[in-house]
Amino acid sequence: MKICITAQGATLDSPVEERFGRAPYFIIIDHVTGAIDAIENPYANGAGGVGPKAAQILIAHEVKALISGQVGGNAREVLVAAGVAMYTYRTGGSVKDALDQFTKNTLVRAE
Amino acid sequence: MRLAVASGKGGTGKSMVAANLAFTLSWTEPVTLVDCDVEEPNLHLFFPAPAITTDVTVPVPFVDETLCDNCGRCGEFCQYGAITVLRNRVLFFPELCHSCGGCRIVCPRGAIHEQQKRIGIIATSAPRNNLKLISGMLDAGNPHAVPIIKAAKEQAAPDSLVICDTAPGTSCPVIETLDGCDTCILVTESTPFGLHDLQLAVDVADRLGVPAGIVINRSDGKDQKTLEFCTDHDLEVMMTIPFEREIAAIQSRGDLLCRQKPEWQKAFFALFLKCSTLAGGQR
Repeated sequence: MKICITAQGATLDSPVEERFGRAPYFIIIDHVTGAIDAIENPYANGAGGVGPKAAQILIAHEVKALISGQVGGNAREVLVAAGVAMYTYRTGGSVKDALDQFTKNTLVRAE
Repeated sequence: MRLAVASGKGGTGKSMVAANLAFTLSWTEPVTLVDCDVEEPNLHLFFPAPAITTDVTVPVPFVDETLCDNCGRCGEFCQYGAITVLRNRVLFFPELCHSCGGCRIVCPRGAIHEQQKRIGIIATSAPRNNLKLISGMLDAGNPHAVPIIKAAKEQAAPDSLVICDTAPGTSCPVIETLDGCDTCILVTESTPFGLHDLQLAVDVADRLGVPAGIVINRSDGKDQKTLEFCTDHDLEVMMTIPFEREIAAIQSRGDLLCRQKPEWQKAFFALFLKCSTLAGGQR
């Protein structure tokens, strides 16, 4: 299963970005193989409608779970329809920390 | 002549100037007053009268699921994020759609049709002899003001003397209103905010090639910085309205300065002649 964590930079040490659609990077981690992929978000500085566009990137990469601070209404609708589970992380730590918490099952699932 | 009243900063007195100018001119010639501040139209408060309304609609896509194979071309094409195509369905966000029609063109299966969606109304009335009022009114919750402004201006297209009251600011609704106008009045006030936003408005009018003149409203007599800016930018201060309790009281009752104090009609007529000169002698 692939999970995505919104990040301010391209590495596991980068801080988690709390915004979804305008996150500079999407760090995609394959939970089975351990492969890590950092995708630069082309919509980070977009004018509008960035939420659904960013959600499409996750769908294209077959992401099944998203960890972010806040997901807007339109993006949420797309992600729910695509069956992507959303988890809230707002403690200001790194991507690695968010991943650890996800693995320990301590993150709250956002409905 | 097509004349716009704009300001940059909100609350400087655009509607007050537009309403009094239209009132004054309507004694002698037919005037069409267009309320292009469609998110918060207010000119009808100065000129209450029964109105005829027409709906303003925009085309939005409708996906025929029996023809759609979820290929995703429409979603890739849409620059506004209004269409998202999943493996087995298409999600549409009407508030993000700009009605460009591109999704329908790129669909290889002809699965996208357009349907009309109402976004507001145009209200037309004749509140006094020689005066026609066209008010654009955007429905609450709708984010796209521009199609309403377009429709309101179109309705006024055949008329010879048109005064458009713009929204505050310098964004799309203001650009849409100023576009095609022969001249514009920029209403400001002698505050730092008034001057700051006036500078932005002057820049917009300049880029659109619309000649502009200035009205200073609520002047406390300390207009030095505004006057300096106008001199530096070769802008004429066409009229100065003092900061007076009586004027404010008339305005706040929804009444008109030129109705209650007819001596002001002369000043507004002089303002019109200056605008006419700015527009190259057009009337």
